[in-house]
Amino acid sequence: MKSLTCLLVVLCLSACETVQPWERGTLAKPEMQWQTDPMEISLQGQINASKEASSGGMGAAGGGCGCN
Amino acid sequence: MKLWALLCLLGLFTLPVTAGVQVGQSAPQISLPLLAPDTSEVLRLDSLRGKVVYLDFWASWCGPCRLSFPQLEALRQELGPRGFEVLAVNVDEFAPDALRFLEDLNVTYPLVRDGSGETPAKYGILGMPTGFLIDRTGTVRLIHQGYRKSDGAALREEIIALLGDPAP
Repeated sequence: MKSLTCLLVVLCLSACETVQPWERGTLAKPEMQWQTDPMEISLQGQINASKEASSGGMGAAGGGCGCN
Repeated sequence: MKLWALLCLLGLFTLPVTAGVQVGQSAPQISLPLLAPDTSEVLRLDSLRGKVVYLDFWASWCGPCRLSFPQLEALRQELGPRGFEVLAVNVDEFAPDALRFLEDLNVTYPLVRDGSGETPAKYGILGMPTGFLIDRTGTVRLIHQGYRKSDGAALREEIIALLGDPAP
């Protein structure tokens, strides 16, 4: 009984919040993105691909020369 | 006693998230300020009683909403003289976003605003845009979620059918 009560209390402590349909504009704000600058992501991907001598998984083609 | 408390607590998890308006129900009253820079005028839904009303919930960040505006405007131009009206409720957090959205759209139907989320919650909106087609007696006859280019024609048929119903 005690453990069940504890479980329920823990469930109640959840920070999950339902975003209502009319609040979804908030999710599109720049501060809600993992990366705010698409150019920066692309640049980092390019550097990563060339330094690791591999590419793929980031949506960019190339052989690792860092020249594309 | 403890069991009762537990059951009550469990009951909280099963509460419905939204209890929105259903087809056949009377449209809940709306009394909202007009969406315009320098006005405090309020528009009430019941001031449109006797007309067939398309109550449209929209936001500036919603792509399909942009698609729906010219079509709703055309429907209003065509069927307005027969007793059709559109009432668009903006649910943006900030009014300037909505006004910027409207800049390149030629909209002549009334626009009101609820940034608090109270009205969309009352109507149980599940997506954006959502439209409620309300007949002349104030009863919801159709709930339209989302908007695609091809929806205009079907909506027009529904409106014409309702316009044919005798006024109360």
